[in-house]
Amino acid sequence: MKSVVYLDNSATSMPCQKAIDNINSALCNNWGNPSSLHLMGLNAEIELSDARRIVAKTIGANDDEVFFTSGGTEANNIAIFGAVAARKKRGNRIVTTAIEHPSVLEPIKTLEAQGFEVIYLKPDKNGVVSESDIYNAINEKTILVSIMLVNNEVGSIQPIKVAADAIKKTGAPALLHCDAVQAFGKLNINVASLGVDLLSASGHKIHASKGVGFLYKKKNVHIANLIYGGGQEKGLRSGTEALPLISGLKGAIEEIGNINNNLSKITELRDYAINKLTQNENIVINSAKNSLPYILNISVVGYRSETLLHYLEACDIYVSSGSACAKGHKSYVLNEIGLDAKRIDSALRISFSRFSKKEDIDKLCQALHKACSILRRA
Amino acid sequence: MKEIILIKNGELVLKGLNRNNFEDTLIRNIKKRLEGCGDFSIKKAQSTIYITPESDAFDFENALTRVGKIFGIAGYCRACVCEKEMADILEKSAPYLENTLRNATTFKVEAKRADKRFQYKSPEICMELGGHLLKNFPHLKVDVHNPDVTVTVEIRDFNAYIRANQIHGAGGLPVGTAGRASILISGGIDSPVAAWCMAKRGLELNAIHFASPPYTSPRAELKVKQLLEKVAAYSGTIRLGIVPFTEIQEEIAKKCPEDYFTLIMRRMMMRISERLSRERNSLALITGESLGQVASQTLPALATTDAVVNMPVLRPLIGMDKDEIVIISRKIDAFEISIQPYEDCCTVFTPKHPKTRPTIEQCEEAEANLDIDALVEKAVAGTQYSYID
Repeated sequence: MKSVVYLDNSATSMPCQKAIDNINSALCNNWGNPSSLHLMGLNAEIELSDARRIVAKTIGANDDEVFFTSGGTEANNIAIFGAVAARKKRGNRIVTTAIEHPSVLEPIKTLEAQGFEVIYLKPDKNGVVSESDIYNAINEKTILVSIMLVNNEVGSIQPIKVAADAIKKTGAPALLHCDAVQAFGKLNINVASLGVDLLSASGHKIHASKGVGFLYKKKNVHIANLIYGGGQEKGLRSGTEALPLISGLKGAIEEIGNINNNLSKITELRDYAINKLTQNENIVINSAKNSLPYILNISVVGYRSETLLHYLEACDIYVSSGSACAKGHKSYVLNEIGLDAKRIDSALRISFSRFSKKEDIDKLCQALHKACSILRRA
Repeated sequence: MKEIILIKNGELVLKGLNRNNFEDTLIRNIKKRLEGCGDFSIKKAQSTIYITPESDAFDFENALTRVGKIFGIAGYCRACVCEKEMADILEKSAPYLENTLRNATTFKVEAKRADKRFQYKSPEICMELGGHLLKNFPHLKVDVHNPDVTVTVEIRDFNAYIRANQIHGAGGLPVGTAGRASILISGGIDSPVAAWCMAKRGLELNAIHFASPPYTSPRAELKVKQLLEKVAAYSGTIRLGIVPFTEIQEEIAKKCPEDYFTLIMRRMMMRISERLSRERNSLALITGESLGQVASQTLPALATTDAVVNMPVLRPLIGMDKDEIVIISRKIDAFEISIQPYEDCCTVFTPKHPKTRPTIEQCEEAEANLDIDALVEKAVAGTQYSYID
């Protein structure tokens, strides 16, 4: 592949070498079914257990609390529908935020249509929901609280721990679910200190392959089953495990290195970008300073996101438009944090990875500068 | 049991001395469109075309689907080939018609005795076969007025054929018999339908699409190609020209009054399309315009766009409502592609209050600052071609 500036890592990320090697190796040399009794099955099972152990370690969980899925969306669906089905006799209320990913919002809207009462917490201008709102929303009838750790459009970090405390204090019969797709591998996550019962993550955002993710489910927490079959993943997610992809996820995790070191490197890079980008008078920053630095949302005011995106792609620079430009489909996240239509229409999401370089940002700034001088203003 | 496809020509049987031309074109089209279905032979006799599979690998179902989309065909059916002997006809009829007749409650038998030397007369054939089928399928009743299934026996030069109901063909005239024209295609619902309508009247199609990157998405081009594939299933191969249009839009935005933007843009599109068409011996332009649908489709607006070209502009949808257009769009399987949101994604250039009653003079004045010839020349030179089938 030719050299491109890829700054859309929150959409998906380039598979890293160890992920590719592991996938290859599993496909070529270790393609047995982990459930088979024979030696080939055993070899597959050993690799599967190894991957599970490594995933568990990164989030401070036990091996038997990690369940592999096809990705973040499936993990979110299993968690939400499973938790509500298990607890529906004990209450009727679901608490979430207005800026969740569609793979959380849509399942919850489906439950809302079935009669559950849903509280959508509003974020402030920094994209964070307030602690008092969380406390006010959770009552003794609440059976599920689902809050994302990091927002996918602006990078804001939500106070998950507060939700855990609130559940404890009110004595609500609620399970706490956290969509950590944008945080996993980028922030240090410890399920015990977050206080979550359920946590979802995905492989392809951290340089593994699409098609693999996992759900953390705390020991002794029971949720209902959605997928029935051969009883794999302790019956929670039947279906032969995608060992090559799971093995790839293991490789990707092993290659992450030190999460904190990466984080400070990305923070530096993000600050460099803010500094450079804001030299362009059309550009304003939409992400708050205390957001996860891997995600930087900006608006190039006066220019359509989509036009900019296609202009940049012609320069081999890839970012994401902050909003789907189709009429009437403005970004609900940017809308919720109170941006006006002009800023929403011109929003771009720049998302970094540990492979991002200062030169990438220089090229991006240069291209945006040129775009502003030749493109027609909306 | 040997099975063939029988094809009945459409209105081209009404043609006089040209009829052979029309038939030959139709046969050429059929041959081309059935490529990839396996070996077959094709012959015509008495306004019927016979497609005979020549290998076991012939994909009969696929061939039937494709035949259903070839213009110039009024009706078609699959038929069982029999010896011209009553015993053979009776013997093959029951197993051949089994699936069809099991699901029917009433039927009748018709005989077409083109070969008058056949020993049985038509009513005798009907009685014999009807009786035989009733014996084999006792649940059936005869209904000569409104039967579920009409079983037809045709006695022709070399063989006899048994068939059930005929299927309606795509109608129209064989593509190519009316010449060639260019469809201006945007990616919306209307233009593929307009293209289909004119291909139905025998026109071979060229397509012209205007792309304005980065204001429009590469996905919009992909969408146009997908739409043309749907049309090409009926029209045969389409040559697509993608015209670089960004500079022209920027120039218009810079140098012309805003409320004339769409009109001038359409005039530029027409000029470029005419040039591209003449290069390809394409004798008319086709658009998906429907009167009054949007500001650029009022009668005065159409007059201003027609004024810049010297060839017929065919607008088959001009008198249709949107829902009538959508019915055809769904029929040709284009609708779901058309409604993907890429086309109008960029409204950067659309005026807030477009002119609805322009005059030709006003348009000429509004575009006076444009170097029209140079812009057209550059766009024509930059056009990139591909073939869609």
